[in-house]
Amino acid sequence: MTGEELKAETSEGPQELRDREETSPAQLAIEQGSRLRLAEGLVLDRGDIDVEFGSDETMIINMGPQHPSTHGVLRIMLELEGETVLRSKPVIGYLHTGMEKTGEQLTYVQGATNLTRMDYLSPLHNELVFSLAVEALLGVEMPPRATWIRMLMTELNRIASHVMWMATNGMDLASTSMMIYGFREREMILSFFEKTTGLRMNHDYIRPGGVAADLPDGWEDDVMAIVETIPGRTDEYDGMLTGQPIFKQRTEGVGLISPELAIAMSATGPILRASGVAWDLRRAMPYLAYDEVDFDVIVGAVGDTYDRYAVRLNEIRESCKIVRQCVEMMPPGDYRAQDKKVTPPPRARINESMEALIHHFKIFTRGFEVPPGEVYTAIESPRGELGCYLVADGSNKPYRMHIRAPSFVNLQTLPLLLRGGLIADAVAVISSVDPVMGEVDR
Amino acid sequence: MGRTAVGSGSSGDAPLMAAEVASAAELAGANVLASTSARGQEVLHVTRERYLEVAGALRDSGFEMCADLCAVDYLRHLHRPLPDEVTPERFEIVVNLLSIERRQRVRLRVQVPDTDPVVPTLFNLYPGTENMEREAFDLYGVRFEGHPDQTRILMPEDWEGHPLRKDYSVGRVPVQFKEAPGPR
Repeated sequence: MTGEELKAETSEGPQELRDREETSPAQLAIEQGSRLRLAEGLVLDRGDIDVEFGSDETMIINMGPQHPSTHGVLRIMLELEGETVLRSKPVIGYLHTGMEKTGEQLTYVQGATNLTRMDYLSPLHNELVFSLAVEALLGVEMPPRATWIRMLMTELNRIASHVMWMATNGMDLASTSMMIYGFREREMILSFFEKTTGLRMNHDYIRPGGVAADLPDGWEDDVMAIVETIPGRTDEYDGMLTGQPIFKQRTEGVGLISPELAIAMSATGPILRASGVAWDLRRAMPYLAYDEVDFDVIVGAVGDTYDRYAVRLNEIRESCKIVRQCVEMMPPGDYRAQDKKVTPPPRARINESMEALIHHFKIFTRGFEVPPGEVYTAIESPRGELGCYLVADGSNKPYRMHIRAPSFVNLQTLPLLLRGGLIADAVAVISSVDPVMGEVDR
Repeated sequence: MGRTAVGSGSSGDAPLMAAEVASAAELAGANVLASTSARGQEVLHVTRERYLEVAGALRDSGFEMCADLCAVDYLRHLHRPLPDEVTPERFEIVVNLLSIERRQRVRLRVQVPDTDPVVPTLFNLYPGTENMEREAFDLYGVRFEGHPDQTRILMPEDWEGHPLRKDYSVGRVPVQFKEAPGPR
C-alpha cells in the first residue's frame, strides 16, 4: 500500500495532526504550546519552535484509543522525531453518550442517577455537585447531619479515587504490586459504600434534599477500621515507590508545568497544586462544612509527575484526617431536609397515610418544580474543580445542565506536558494527568 | 540526596470578607450592559462587541483563570426575564471567570443571535478555553472567530447538526413489552 492509501484509511479528517509542510509557522507555534501569550516573559521563544524538521524526518503515530495506558478510550496523535515527542494532540469523544442532553430529559429526582455515571471513580462527587446546584435554586436548608454525611462519604470517595490512581499509575510504570495493593485498599472503601448505599459504584446516594439513607448501624467501626488501615498502607507505598530509584527516575523532571501555564490552561486539582499553587476549593471557597474541619492543602514544588504523585499520596492522608473528624463531629438528627415538596415521606408513613402515599408517588413520578434561575456550583473533586451550571425554567426538569468536568479541561495540558519528552515518558505523563474518560466525553 | 518534594501547608487566610472585595462590575468598567446577582453570584451582561474588552479588563484586574465556558439555547424561552438593557437572543455564551488571588468568581453572559451565531474567541486571553469553545461549537453550532482549531471534539467528524440545540430531537428506542411474534 502506498503512503497516500494508508493515510486515506486512517485519516479522521480535520481532527488529525497535519503535515508540517501544510502548517504555517504561526500555526505550528500554537500547536507546540506557544499559545501562551499572557505576560512578556512567558512568550515562547520563536527559536524554540522546531520548524527545521521536515515531514520526512518526523513520524506521526497513534497512541490509543485502545492502548492500555490511556485509561479508557483516549487517542493521542504523537509526532515523533526518533523517540522524542514534538507535537501531540489528544482526540476524544469515543465515549460520548450525550449525558448533558439526557440530563435535560430527566427530572431533578432522576438527575443524580444519570450524573453519577460521569466520573465513575468518584461518583459521589458528581451527585454532590448536582445536588448542591439544585438546592441552591430551591433554597432548601440542609440539616447538619446530611451535610456531615455528605462530607464523610465524599472524602472516603476521594481516598478510593486516589488509591485507584496509585494502582493504575503503578501499573503504567510497571510496578504491578502497587496495582494489587491499590485495588485492595479501594475494595475496603467500596464495601463500606455497598453497605451504606447498596451499590459499589453509581450510588445515587446524595440526592437533592439530603442523602438517600442514614448511615448503617455500626458505621463508626467500619469507617474507623478504614482510616486506621489506610495511613499505614500509605507508608507502605512510601517504602515501595516514593524513595525507589527506578520510580524516581521515571517520574522526576518528567512532564513539567509551571504555575503560570497551569493557571492559563485552566488546570485545577493535583496538577495545579503540584505546580505550587495552593488552590483547593475546600479551603478557598468552602462548601458543606469544610470550614469547620482541620486539614492541610498539599502543594508541590516543581510541577513534575513525581510531585503530582506526592500530592495525591499526601491528599489520601489529609482525607483520612477529615474522615476522622467527621466521625467525631457527626451530629444527630435528620439525614434529609424535612421539606414535603422535595423529600419523600418515610416508608412507614405510606402504609398509614393516603397523603403520604400521594406525596411519594408524586415525587417519584413527576418530581418537583424548581423556581426559574441559574446557578453555578463548584466542588473539589479528586481531579480538580467539578462544576455544575444549572438553568431552571420552573418545570420539573433542568432546562440546561452543564458539567464543568475537570478531566476534560486538564487534558488540554497534555500537549504541553508531553512536548520534548520521550515516548516512554508519555505513559507516565498521561497517567499523572489522571483523566477519567467517562467524564471527559460525558 | 533525594528530595522529598512535597511541602504541605495551609493556603493561609480565611476567606476574604465580601465587603473588602471590589465587585467585578467596577473592575470591568463602562462596557458592561448590566450587572445582576443570581443566588448571590455576580453576573455581568455584555454585548458581543464588548465581550473581549470586558474579559480583557477582568483578566488584567486579577481574574486569571477561565474556569468554565458553555453555551445555552433559549429557544423555548426567547422572552425570558433579563435586565432592560439586554436584548434577549436565542443563544447565550456563559463564561465563568475565577480570581485565585481574591477568591472571587464572576459570570459573563453574552447574547448571540440565531441568524449569525459567531462570537470572538477568548483563546488569546485564556488559552484554557480551547477545549471548552470546541465543545460549545460542537454541541451548539456557535462559532468562535479566531479559534485556532474549530473542529468537532465530542461528536464524530461527519456528524450533521448540533445535538444540544433544543430543536434537535432526542432519539428514542421503542420498548418492547411482549415477545416478538414469529416462529421460534
